[in-house]
Amino acid sequence: MVTALELARHGVASVVLASDLQFSQGSRAIVFTRRSMEILQQVGVAQRITENGLPWHSGNSIYRGQKVFRMETPLDPDDRFFPMINIQQQYLEEYLHDACAANSLIEVRWGNKLVSAEQKTGTVTAHVDTSAGPYQLETEWLVAADGGRSEIRSAMNLKLEGASFESIFVIADIRIDLPYPTERLAFFDPDWNRGNTILMHKEPHGIWRVDYQLPPGETPEEALRPESLQERIDAQLKMIGFEGKPWEMDWSSVYSARTLTLPQYVHDRIVFTGDAAHLLPIFGVRGANTAFQDAQSLGWHLAYVLQGIAPEKLMANHSLERVGAAREIITEAGKSTRFMAPPSRGFRLLRDAVLSLSLTEEYVRPLYHWRTSRPHEYKHSALNSTSDDNAQFTDGPSLGAPPQNVQLQQDDFLLDHLGGGFDLVYVATLQGIPQDLLRAVDQAKNKGLPLKLLAITQKNVDVTGADKTLFDPQQRFQLRYAVSAGGAYLFRPDQHVCGRWLQVDATRLLSSLQLAVMQ
Amino acid sequence: MKPAPNLDIAGLEQVYDRLATAIDQAGPEKSELFLVKLALLNAKALGHPQIFENQIALALKDL
Repeated sequence: MVTALELARHGVASVVLASDLQFSQGSRAIVFTRRSMEILQQVGVAQRITENGLPWHSGNSIYRGQKVFRMETPLDPDDRFFPMINIQQQYLEEYLHDACAANSLIEVRWGNKLVSAEQKTGTVTAHVDTSAGPYQLETEWLVAADGGRSEIRSAMNLKLEGASFESIFVIADIRIDLPYPTERLAFFDPDWNRGNTILMHKEPHGIWRVDYQLPPGETPEEALRPESLQERIDAQLKMIGFEGKPWEMDWSSVYSARTLTLPQYVHDRIVFTGDAAHLLPIFGVRGANTAFQDAQSLGWHLAYVLQGIAPEKLMANHSLERVGAAREIITEAGKSTRFMAPPSRGFRLLRDAVLSLSLTEEYVRPLYHWRTSRPHEYKHSALNSTSDDNAQFTDGPSLGAPPQNVQLQQDDFLLDHLGGGFDLVYVATLQGIPQDLLRAVDQAKNKGLPLKLLAITQKNVDVTGADKTLFDPQQRFQLRYAVSAGGAYLFRPDQHVCGRWLQVDATRLLSSLQLAVMQ
Repeated sequence: MKPAPNLDIAGLEQVYDRLATAIDQAGPEKSELFLVKLALLNAKALGHPQIFENQIALALKDL
């Protein structure tokens, strides 16, 4: 749905096929990162999540009843969103669906199951099953967002690369009232589940997520028996001092830690995205949060190819960038996994030694640090400018980096104004914007490139020639982006930086814009 | 005062005896965990990951 909303934003119509008849019943993903919220803001649903979710920024690691590590992510006044927010996946689906329903370019078809797809030159035929019988759908491009068990992926005989770990985890949502703030709780090697790890997260509406690792050899079927769930959740509650407190099961499932990705996401006119493209361990909240980044990237890449703004090879760039992101996440996730669920005897011994030392030795405690999902920097992207001043900058987001939000005024942030196309954010001089720069921007627009010129100014008056003037009385943008009057940042439609200049000029801007759409 | 970083025969003998008795004290179930903890404390005191790497290579020889 995020892909459909991004496509619609760029003027491209789509049909969304959902095999289910309703929103997902279990909560599944519950923790969403700041970058996810920034992406969801772009498609218009962040406000509802903020209203209903539980934001947080601290995590605790507990061993033998002692809090051995506390991670606090400081709150930056330049950020609109908290580092993390908890909300059940079904609410997020509902908000996204409402946004899709309100968009005339998107048609959501429930109870329509995509069963197979075949490609001919420039077109894909999708075979769809419904309760009223099967039908075919012709499309120029098919986005396979059909999940971890993607049937399209299997039918095309595409193999995921990487590792699967043996440890299996149970995830259960229970209805219970516990007097804890919204913070992550991680319990290591408790008496009731020796050697294993238990995670707890608070969700809205009196729900707690409990994750626990299973002893080796136990099957998912055994673990999901009601008596087994009851016994273990009771043991966990007893350990934290709430023995006998009543609770109800809301939803439960199992997962295993996997670090797998397809080596390519674009196969002619079929594009794999989200869990259909990669399977990532959930330590560090990497599943849904990575999928939003995929969807946002896919939206503009595909729209620009369909509209002839960029050649079809731009889709290869999408694949390259997102496969690179998945591989980076896999490396990071491997580091979390080796501590949370040690993959071998050696790793288990080291983990146990660190747990034991951490009760008295400060220096090992940072090893508890939970590496959370962070957006990938497209450092080596082919779309990055080769004629900018990136190397001369002393600070600020570099080429390929995701944006840094900036609070311009009360409840007015930089990212509220970006998106929907390329954005050139120019720090206006006393004279405003030079004529040759204005001409260059017009020239790019006349060629059909979606581009906005935003002028940052300290004076509360509109800057002549700018599509939008951003009033920044405290010069926060200049500070966070390490740039002064006459300098500029060029943001891609996914708000990643693709060019930055201490002093921008028309020639270098135009060549960078061409490069950014592979023209 | 910090002693000079040199392990003479008397010092080596002291370490030899102390390590042996500590392994016995930890017991067969916990001696491995004890040795890993000790290695991590030594690595901290050493302060050089590369020297630690060399020591691992030496210790892995002729097992």
